[in-house]
Amino acid sequence: MAKVVAVTGNEACANALRQVNPDVCGVYPITPQTDMMQKYASYVSNGKVDTEIILVESEHSSMSACIGAAAAGGRVVTATSSQGLALMWEMLHIASGDRLPIIMPVVNRALSAPLNIHGDHSDAMGARDTGWVQLWSENAQDAYDNTIQAFRIGEHMDIRLPVMVCLDGFIISHSIERMEYLEDEEVKGFVGEYKNFLPLLDLDKPKSYGPLILPDLFHEYKKAQHEVMLKVKDVVLKVAADFEKLSGRKYGLFESYRLDDADIALVILNSAAGTTTDIVDGFRARGIKAGLLKPRLFRPFPYDEVAEALGKVKAVCVMDRSDSFGGYGPVFMEISSALYPLQERPVLINRIYGLGGRDYLPEHGEAVLNELDEIAKGGKVEKYKEYIGVRE
Amino acid sequence: MRKIFRRPRSLKSAPFRYCPGCGHGLLQRLIAECIDSMKLRGKTIGIAPVGCAVFAYNYFDFDMLEAAHGRPPAVATALKRTMPDKIIFSYQGDGDLAAIGTAEIIHAANRGENFSVFFVNNATYGMTGGQMAPTTLPGQRTTTTPEGRNISTSGYPLHVSELLSTIEGASFIQRVSIDSYENILIAKDAIKKAFRYQIEGKGFSFVEMLSPCPTAWRLSPKESLEWIRTDMVREYPPGIIKDKFMENN
Repeated sequence: MAKVVAVTGNEACANALRQVNPDVCGVYPITPQTDMMQKYASYVSNGKVDTEIILVESEHSSMSACIGAAAAGGRVVTATSSQGLALMWEMLHIASGDRLPIIMPVVNRALSAPLNIHGDHSDAMGARDTGWVQLWSENAQDAYDNTIQAFRIGEHMDIRLPVMVCLDGFIISHSIERMEYLEDEEVKGFVGEYKNFLPLLDLDKPKSYGPLILPDLFHEYKKAQHEVMLKVKDVVLKVAADFEKLSGRKYGLFESYRLDDADIALVILNSAAGTTTDIVDGFRARGIKAGLLKPRLFRPFPYDEVAEALGKVKAVCVMDRSDSFGGYGPVFMEISSALYPLQERPVLINRIYGLGGRDYLPEHGEAVLNELDEIAKGGKVEKYKEYIGVRE
Repeated sequence: MRKIFRRPRSLKSAPFRYCPGCGHGLLQRLIAECIDSMKLRGKTIGIAPVGCAVFAYNYFDFDMLEAAHGRPPAVATALKRTMPDKIIFSYQGDGDLAAIGTAEIIHAANRGENFSVFFVNNATYGMTGGQMAPTTLPGQRTTTTPEGRNISTSGYPLHVSELLSTIEGASFIQRVSIDSYENILIAKDAIKKAFRYQIEGKGFSFVEMLSPCPTAWRLSPKESLEWIRTDMVREYPPGIIKDKFMENN
């Protein structure tokens, strides 16, 4: 039986972790993640979980501790944001290279400098090449559901990869929303007992994690990592199907909104997608066929499926809440790669919005859709990449 | 009319926006007063930490540089070596200096870098809302140790000043408290001495300041000062911990 609650995104994720009751949790505070791990520490103190929490001295140590615990054969979690994720960077590669299914909510926040504590996607986009699976979440419900599904995806015997669950800092982490919790037993049953894969101290089969591998085999090792990523998509869909049976909530590789017959469309991640559905409805009401694609699985990226979903649209704007300075926004680059193999493809533009917590307002999305409408009617593209919502 | 008291020139006119009873405003004022009285304002560069004192540059009226969490000693090293005639100081909390940046402070001290460090010890991570810091006292309740710090799982309070005093490169280390007028004056003397050692090229100078955090401690400002006197100084006794040049204060 679902329980309707009013909680923040941080509390929703903390509760998902509580329901899973992992073996080890590395804790280091960083805004805006802090109260997720703080909440988890209170569960430990109140005896709601029997997790061993380690209050470490930095995120670098937190991820290192997680790697140790996961290699030992534990189910392991931590959470972070921004600079914390950046400080973990070298360990992120080790977690994925060692094939350790660590689960980590990432409360998205801008990267310094200048210092800023508010939401954008620079942190997780900076970590997109670290070999972690990435699930993105529009709201607290998505973040909760994705956190639970992340265990099944990462721990799947064909996968064994770490997973980050991304949610927008403050906008989702600190806003109270109406959402639904599953029962503890339902979550425990769904996630199942943790299955070990090559744990340390198996004396019949002694082993080393992450040893020195030189040019003779390193290349093959990385190809194996690439190939396992190709299997993730199917597992994500299978887990989503099981989750739908349990919760009634449907998840895919991405979410399409009024996209089937759309002439123009926005691609937008996370919380801004919610605002954008309203904007799309407004355009539809005016007879303009607008649509929306909200990516969920960003690593590995579902190129074929996205190409299929966007291929017939006339003009698409990819909205990025982070920038690859000197290049295009990271989401744009993926959408562009997805569409390139098509014979006929939409005109594609890139707009950067909402950096460092700058509000994404309906008029921002409306202005972009108006621009797309002109382009779809044969208008000229003025600029392929541009920042929107900039103060004069 | 003769003016006998004014805001230090090294402080901007912006009012401090720290919590009521917080030690940061007082400590930053002391540093500003010392910089004024030693006529250093024209050649001082401060380094702000990550933590509540991230806002130091809103208050100090001289150049400031913001470093990543824990990295001020490495940044200060480079500033001082590039501009040896300038006065360089870092202002760091216990999250910045005693946790995420432990490596940097140890190695800056070990190299005997000629800059000054002001280390604010309030036994908690203040800005993120009162989590356990390495400096948290045994049994002290924080948001990540709701039942009090358990030394068997979370270790012992880290005595940074004593730790650094074992390092040959460190010249001057003093721990002060700001719980009373008398101790505030001692703190001010320690700050001056740290700057003076730097001016005289005597090497690494370090002042640890026991400072109240009423918000995270869940105490009133007055109770916080009392807690420093009754609990904190027992764990962290004030005094000169190391003075290579054996000066009497």
